[in-house]
Formats: sequence, C-alpha cells, structure tokens
Amino acid sequence: MSGRRLTLAAVVIGCLAACGTDSASEDQPAEQKLTVLAASSLTATFTALAADFEAGHEGVDVALTFGGSADLMEQVQQGAAVDVVETAATATMKRLIDEDLVGEPVPFASNRLEIVVPPGNPAGVTSLQDLDRSGLALVVCAPEVPCGAAAARVADVGGVTLSPVSEEQSVTDVLGKVVSREADAGLVYITDGQAAGDQVEGIEFRESKAVVNTYPVAVVADSDHEDLAGDFVGLVTGGRGHAVLSDAGFGRP
Amino acid sequence: MDTDGRYPRWLWAPAGLGIGFLALPLLAMVMRVDWADFLALVTSASARHALTLSLRTSAASTGLCILLGVPLAVVLARARLRAGGLLRSLVLLPLVLPPVVGGIALLYTFGRRGLLGGTLDVLGWQIAFSTTAVVLAQTFVALPFLVLSLEGALRTANAEYDVVAATLGARPTTVFRRVTLPLVLPGLASGSLLAFARSLGEFGATITFAGSLEGVTRTLPLEIYLQRETDPDAAVALSLVLVMVAVGVIALTGRGAAR
Repeated sequence: MSGRRLTLAAVVIGCLAACGTDSASEDQPAEQKLTVLAASSLTATFTALAADFEAGHEGVDVALTFGGSADLMEQVQQGAAVDVVETAATATMKRLIDEDLVGEPVPFASNRLEIVVPPGNPAGVTSLQDLDRSGLALVVCAPEVPCGAAAARVADVGGVTLSPVSEEQSVTDVLGKVVSREADAGLVYITDGQAAGDQVEGIEFRESKAVVNTYPVAVVADSDHEDLAGDFVGLVTGGRGHAVLSDAGFGRP
Repeated sequence: MDTDGRYPRWLWAPAGLGIGFLALPLLAMVMRVDWADFLALVTSASARHALTLSLRTSAASTGLCILLGVPLAVVLARARLRAGGLLRSLVLLPLVLPPVVGGIALLYTFGRRGLLGGTLDVLGWQIAFSTTAVVLAQTFVALPFLVLSLEGALRTANAEYDVVAATLGARPTTVFRRVTLPLVLPGLASGSLLAFARSLGEFGATITFAGSLEGVTRTLPLEIYLQRETDPDAAVALSLVLVMVAVGVIALTGRGAAR
C-alpha cells in the first residue's frame, strides 16, 4: 500500500474513532443517575415508566439496560453499580436473594404464552395440539431460558410433544424467525406477540393459563440511591405502573 | 543474512503488555474452572453432541474453504485484474461484517423466503435449520482467512519456477498442480488451520442462520452460550475445552510457519 493511501486510511479511521467519542461526551451529567436492569420483555414498558420517573424527579437520570435474566444476574453478581434489578423469572431473582445481593423482591406483573404465526398463518395452526404436527417448522426458546421452561411446562399440561427445529436463546430470536417466515410457528409471551404488531398473528390457547410467569423487581442491596430506587419500585408496582403494563398485555402478579 | 537477535530490546515492554493482555483473561478463566466437576461437566450428553458437531462441521467447512479458497487466492494473486482491489475487498467483507449480520445475510439468501429459497425448495434441499446451514455459516466467516493467507504466500513465492516449468512444456494445469501448489503448501496449511480455528469458534452467524438444536445445529460455542443461563460452571468448563483445542491448532500452525 502506498504511503499516501496508508495515511489517508489512518486519517479516516482516526476521524471515525473521534466522532464516536465526541457524541458520548455531549451528554450533560445529571445530578443523580439511577441504574435499572430489566428483562428484555419489559423494554417498552420500563422505558415509558422511566420517562415518567424522570419527569417526576428533577435532576434524576434513569439509565436502563435490558437483557436476558442470566446476563442481568451476572452483572449484579459481579458488583456492577446497579440500583434496581428486574428479572423475567423468579428463579433468577431467588439466586440473587440467596447471595444477599438484593432487598425484598416485589412481584409486579405476570405473563402467559401464546402461539405466534406469520401473517396469513401458512401452516394453518389453530391450537396447541397443532404444534406437534410432523413437518411443522416450530421454533421455541431453549429450556434453559425462562420462556423455554414455560413452553416445556405448557406442552406437558397440554399433553403435546414439541419437536422444534430450533431452540432459540431469547424470545426476540423466536419472533425473528417467525417474522421472517423461516418458522411456521413459535411460542412467545403474549406481550412480545403484541409488541410485534402486524408482523405476526397471535393465537391464544387455554393451556397457557396453567403456566404463568411472574416478574419480580427488587432494590439492589449495595445501591447508592436506595431511596430513589425504592421510589422507582413504587412507581412500577403502583397504579401508573399497572396501567402501563396492562396496556402492553401483562397480567396482574 | 541471519536476522535472529537483531531487534531493539525495548520492544519487550509493549510486547510484554500485549502478552499480559492476552494471557490474563485466559488465566482468570482457568482459575474459575470447577476442577472437581470438570470431567463430568465436559462429558455430559449435550456437551459431547456439541463438541462432535463442532468438529464435524468445522472439518467440512475447512474442506469447503479449501475448494473455494485456493482457486480464489490464485486468481487474486496471479490474475491481472483491473477490479483486483474490489475483489479483495469482497473477500475481506466477512472479516469486517459482524457475524450476526453475516448470518442474517445468509438467511436472506438461502432461507425459505430467501433469494435462492425457491430454487432450493424445488430441488428438495431444505437448508434452514440443518447442519448444512452450520457449514455454510462457518465457511462464510472462515473463507477470508484461508484466501488472504494463501494469497500472501502466493505473492511471495518465486514465480520463476512456474515459468521454468512452462518453458519445459508443462500445461498450466500441470504447472499449478506440480509446481505452484507444492511451493505454497505451508501457506495453505496455515491458512487451513486458521480457517478451522475460526469455524470452531463461530457463533453469531450460526445462531442466526442455522438456529440451535442439540445434535443438529448446536455447536460448542452455542452450547456454551446456552449453558451460561443455568450452569455457569459448565459454560466455563466447555470454554476451556474450546481454548485447549484452539491452543492445539495454534501449536500446529506455529510448527508449520517455522518451516
């Protein structure tokens, strides 16, 4: 490579790197920062509640991080500066309780499963029993993940043997496969199906009532903003929180 | 001229930092392994299925990389193309593309609704969610390693021998088979080992394009990522297995490069 081309490449890369850091330093530091970790299924609802919280508390900036419950748990275990943690499974929260990393968790919402199919329902799925049809490209979450454990339990209840073509790591991945029509059907939470809107068709089934996933939220033990964290938990578990959550399709705890 | 020992000694300071940066995370992981349960954790049914699947698919994708990569490398190195730079950028693309994005692109090409989806359906080939998809994903990300490695070797190899063989009456194919390739065999070997190592560690493209099902598409990296959810000890133990395989591969490559 000629010397000039090398210099040009270095300048371009340098600019890109500089541009990246510039935009980060533009944010004004808020007086107080409340760090909240929540499960991915609560992205829309918690973003809305965080905005409400910031409006009601001047000088407070709520930093939200969404992810899989295992990732969130690991962050708290590794001592990240977190104030509030919310998981998609009571089992994950229980591990945090066992290690004395969180205060008393409060269950604030519940979720059930539904079948999602691509628009037009190409495979003609109408019930849970249809899911063990041979030749059906069914995608579910892996049993190690909360939504997968729920899918396995719901299949037990319905007396159905699920033979998925793929066990995905997260609900987002399952939805993605159904939306792109690679899969004929998937099992996701009602709230995720609702959030996907027109991209999928949701099919509810009666066995879903037997497997209800309860979501707990808790203040982290070492939090630097215990009062604020407590206020946030109060918002989530209170009337405003319930309104936002039930709009999104969540049930009562 | 013997160049051993001729380098400024102060380079050891930043080099040492580099060594530390690479070695410390490895050390941290080794210290986290639950040695008492190690054997039980790495010989569980799902772990064994994942490891054998990983080895099988990586071998197949390395083979595919060689079949496609050797001709590509020769064309890049020897053909006088005006679009040579563009072609090389194309080969570099999988290196720059985030593997998940690569997987999505493969889905848009070979998936049921993809570019070739209809054609493949007619031929009766169901690629989505199959082991074939895993091999395709691994080949996509590993091909650049083999091509660039071999292209480098071809460029530095003395082309005089090829010319001599031609003047002695050998046809181009014979020259390629009996002179060109044998001369760059070390480069091909190290490129293949790199491609194998990259295939072994491939995650993003596999999980997006092929899905994840034990014994069919759940390779070792996917198994490790899944085990993180419930059994972090198993995840660390399996990661160590992957590291040991990688170290073995690197040792082989090192021996090849030294020749």
